[in-house]
Amino acid sequence: MEAELKELVNDLHSLKKSISNPSHLALIDKMHLHAENIATLEKSGTTRRSKVKDMSAEVIDSNPYSRLMALQRMGIVNNYERIREFSVAIVGIGGVGSVAAEMLTRCGIGRLLLYDYDKVELANMNRLFFRPEQVGMTKTDAAVQTLSEINPDVVLESYTLNITTVEGFDTFMSSLTNKSFQPAKSGSGVDLVLSCVDNYEARMVVNQACNELNQTWMESGVSEDAVSGHIQLLIPGETACFACVPPLVVASGIDERTLKREGVCAASLPTTMGVVAGLLVQNTLKYLLKFGQVSRYLGYNALKDYFPTMEMKPNSQCSNAACLERQKEYILAKPTRDAAAKAKADKEVLSAAQNPVHADNEWNISVVDDEEVAGASGGNSGVLPEGIVHELPVADEYPKPPVTETVGPADDLEELRRQLEALNAD
Amino acid sequence: MEGWDPNTKSTLTQIPLLTIKAGPRDGAAWTQRLKEEYKALIAYTSMNKSKDNDWFRISAANPEGTRWKGKCWYVHNLLKYEFDLQFDVPVTYPSTAPELELPELDGKTEKMYRGGKICLTVHFKPLWAKNCPRFGIAHALCLGLAPWLAAEIPVLVDSGMIKHKDDVATSSES
Ligand SMILES: [Zn+2]
Repeated sequence: MEAELKELVNDLHSLKKSISNPSHLALIDKMHLHAENIATLEKSGTTRRSKVKDMSAEVIDSNPYSRLMALQRMGIVNNYERIREFSVAIVGIGGVGSVAAEMLTRCGIGRLLLYDYDKVELANMNRLFFRPEQVGMTKTDAAVQTLSEINPDVVLESYTLNITTVEGFDTFMSSLTNKSFQPAKSGSGVDLVLSCVDNYEARMVVNQACNELNQTWMESGVSEDAVSGHIQLLIPGETACFACVPPLVVASGIDERTLKREGVCAASLPTTMGVVAGLLVQNTLKYLLKFGQVSRYLGYNALKDYFPTMEMKPNSQCSNAACLERQKEYILAKPTRDAAAKAKADKEVLSAAQNPVHADNEWNISVVDDEEVAGASGGNSGVLPEGIVHELPVADEYPKPPVTETVGPADDLEELRRQLEALNAD
Repeated sequence: MEGWDPNTKSTLTQIPLLTIKAGPRDGAAWTQRLKEEYKALIAYTSMNKSKDNDWFRISAANPEGTRWKGKCWYVHNLLKYEFDLQFDVPVTYPSTAPELELPELDGKTEKMYRGGKICLTVHFKPLWAKNCPRFGIAHALCLGLAPWLAAEIPVLVDSGMIKHKDDVATSSES
């Protein structure tokens, strides 16, 4: 751009010299001036803002945080500045994840860990965030480029890998446990994991990692027909994990059989993805900064503008071993939790009269959880609110086959490998 | 098994079912599962050969058996079209199926996710979920890849998106 403008100025210069009609000179001078102006604008456009040491609440044009700090002044949030202490991992930097990353960046989040193995394509341009000139870059690199320009205060880490592979998963786990950003923090190295992937397989992997690490996370999803979506909070041991019950999705109201799928895998809309990213980050802010009510499950049906909500208890028959361990720990910690809830409730009784909305959630959960153990293999599937359906069936129960395997050459891995290779060879 | 053609159905029922629910991170249990995978693949490959319907080759590409590579082919108008086939066994296997990749066809069809992962029908994932852990790699090939090739290769050939390699023009599948 800079070189092109220089060329333009030079050309105008030579044109001016060679021209004989003096009436054209004024016009050329004017064009010259425009070119110079564009060059100046272009230069100023690339200057980056410098880092800000402390978040100031001062309302001046040059303070990027003044409108956020106003939340504190208005009493919505107790201590907005705490946002700089938090680390959030975003898995999947697509139509939802990239927008969520931008929102958190603009909010001044402390640190973002970004995971994706994909590249930016022109086919992504119907969504927000990525720009055409970033086509061909990895999504993680392109995101870091844009986000660091928007807010250089945010610590950005990018991981270009596929978390579903064995190696990718190891790196994923070790990156989540790295505590160098906040060494004093308890638990893992991040405060929240946001799953913004577009497939069941990757969600199950995030679920696996978070169950093993006892890491709270939020799930998000947009349907393949682009007209519904959902967000879900998952607290290992306390809420249903992603494997406890078959995945829940919002019914679009369209009959699957009439949905024409020929020739395409999935549709997408920037609107639906933007709405879901907004709901996800709103829930994230409420969870991290402790204000309002954090949603356990919030659905979005775009065709009917219907937002179903629900809660799900863990399934004591969950197929995920780490989930069962977390459930045991959660039940064992019940006395401590009850005491804390009681203390909190006693305190809140004083101010409860003017704010009844806040009071009903938090300790309600710990009271109900004795009965939940009775829940059979189907989890809560019988009590789904209207408009929410299971995306997949539960695995069939089947009798364990009698052990009739012959031990010997037929049960040797190397021998089996040779047999397959022999078949492959001819 | 609504939504499947009778041929796929009858083939599927002849592939041995697996019993061990173990993934690549499960140590010795994974080795046991791997043996079952081999047995099912050996049975499926032999069955295909005996029915003169041989259509893929697959081998573990690493000692752990977590990465697999091979070939698959499809005959359309008496011409054989062959493609590289690869996939990773995901860490959450067998709760989730392997995502089968045909890297040479990446970007050539909309019925594919990026990286050349084939887009499975609405029927595949529910059936896989229902049958966990009894389905393995052989079942994924039978239920996922075979119908995909049958549906997509004719379209890709007829639309000119893929061309036949002249040097294999006259040979039928071995
Ligand atoms: Zn669970």
